[in-house]
Amino acid sequence: MSSSSSAMSDLFFTSDLACERDFRVLYSSLNFSVKAGDLWHIKGRNGAGKTTLLRQLAGLHSVDTGQVLYPNEATKVIYVGHKLGLKEQLTAEENLSWLAGLNGFSTKLQRYAALEQVGLSGYEENAVEQLSAGQKRRVALARLHLCKAEVWLLDEPFTSLDQQGIVDEQDWLNQHTLAGGAVIMTSHQDISLPQVKVLDLSLYAGSSLGDLSREGGSST
Amino acid sequence: MIGFMLTIIRRDLLLVARQPAEMINPLVFFVLVIAMFPLGISPEASILSQVAAGVIWVAAMLATLLSLELLFKLDHDDGSLEQLLLAPYPSWCLVLSKVFVHWLVSGLPLILISPFIAMMLFLPDHAIPTLMLSLLLGTPTLSLLGAIGAALVTGVRGGGMLLTLLILPLYVPVIIFGASSVAAAAQGMPVDGYMALLAAMLVFALMITPWAAGSALKL
Repeated sequence: MSSSSSAMSDLFFTSDLACERDFRVLYSSLNFSVKAGDLWHIKGRNGAGKTTLLRQLAGLHSVDTGQVLYPNEATKVIYVGHKLGLKEQLTAEENLSWLAGLNGFSTKLQRYAALEQVGLSGYEENAVEQLSAGQKRRVALARLHLCKAEVWLLDEPFTSLDQQGIVDEQDWLNQHTLAGGAVIMTSHQDISLPQVKVLDLSLYAGSSLGDLSREGGSST
Repeated sequence: MIGFMLTIIRRDLLLVARQPAEMINPLVFFVLVIAMFPLGISPEASILSQVAAGVIWVAAMLATLLSLELLFKLDHDDGSLEQLLLAPYPSWCLVLSKVFVHWLVSGLPLILISPFIAMMLFLPDHAIPTLMLSLLLGTPTLSLLGAIGAALVTGVRGGGMLLTLLILPLYVPVIIFGASSVAAAAQGMPVDGYMALLAAMLVFALMITPWAAGSALKL
């Protein structure tokens, strides 16, 4: 499937995307398109370029070779990286308030509801610096419920979550993709969702991936 | 776009309210540096009143520089800068909002306290309105120009010294016209020309620097 013919139905696609760091090619000729309902699992060893790829997709890392194209400019993207982007001195609710304010508008009621969804009811008015690492990640993830974004770019979203948290988050990923959203995530954990086909994208250092057809590059 | 800028301004003001030291430190620095001059030079009123204009302006510049390093650094370190840059708005909105808060927190208090500092240095009373007006026009320019340097050294370890080296040359015209205006007022000469030039520099900085610093942040 060529990316140009399906451009209209894609949320976004890459063409010949490449990344080079310190004269080392991390990946090259990366062609893939992300459609509504897709869940892409980026795999690879440490240093394979998973985070860099996510940042290029988000537009945080410069793209020197190739392209990342969003056909619809209004496509909303949420990126949750290693650094959570939370202000330690502010409360969980205040953090959500400004983070959501970047993409639109939210009421206090909605923010409380989003925090309840990630299991943080009762911690709304606690300063983030008093929360545990797992709770901080939950605050950052609460934004996914608050801003209705089509594309979620998640870098190691299971880090420091407890067992129940991981189960809950897989459930959110499931719901989001079934509702027509798309998720691109990195994780060293296996993801198993009952109703969603997980598409694998494996990065091997220096490998040229060529055209990643949805059939060829995917597995369930 | 306005909503985006208000979100940043609200957030940064809230952060300052939680950590008032950020606001008080430059002010204390400003007062302490100026208090050193009578000790170092001479407590004579005739000598102090001659150097007062320059001393106040240089101290204001140093106080601004002191707080500039953290303008984007804290946001960079905790990852919130990424989120701000990802928002679907031009990055100059982000820079302008952050500089506005920076000036409100580090520039405005200096202007408000400057009449007392002027009295301490025996600056003639009739020069005080000029001093305040020149600081009002000049300190936002200092914050705006500094934003370019702050954006460039974001993510550089120990960027404070580098920031000073980058930015000080850009501050030269502001210092010259700021300090001369006060000196001219102290001698009873007209200051309209100085004020016009300071205002022109502010307008120029307003047009150029948010865009330049925004581009530097994306590097």
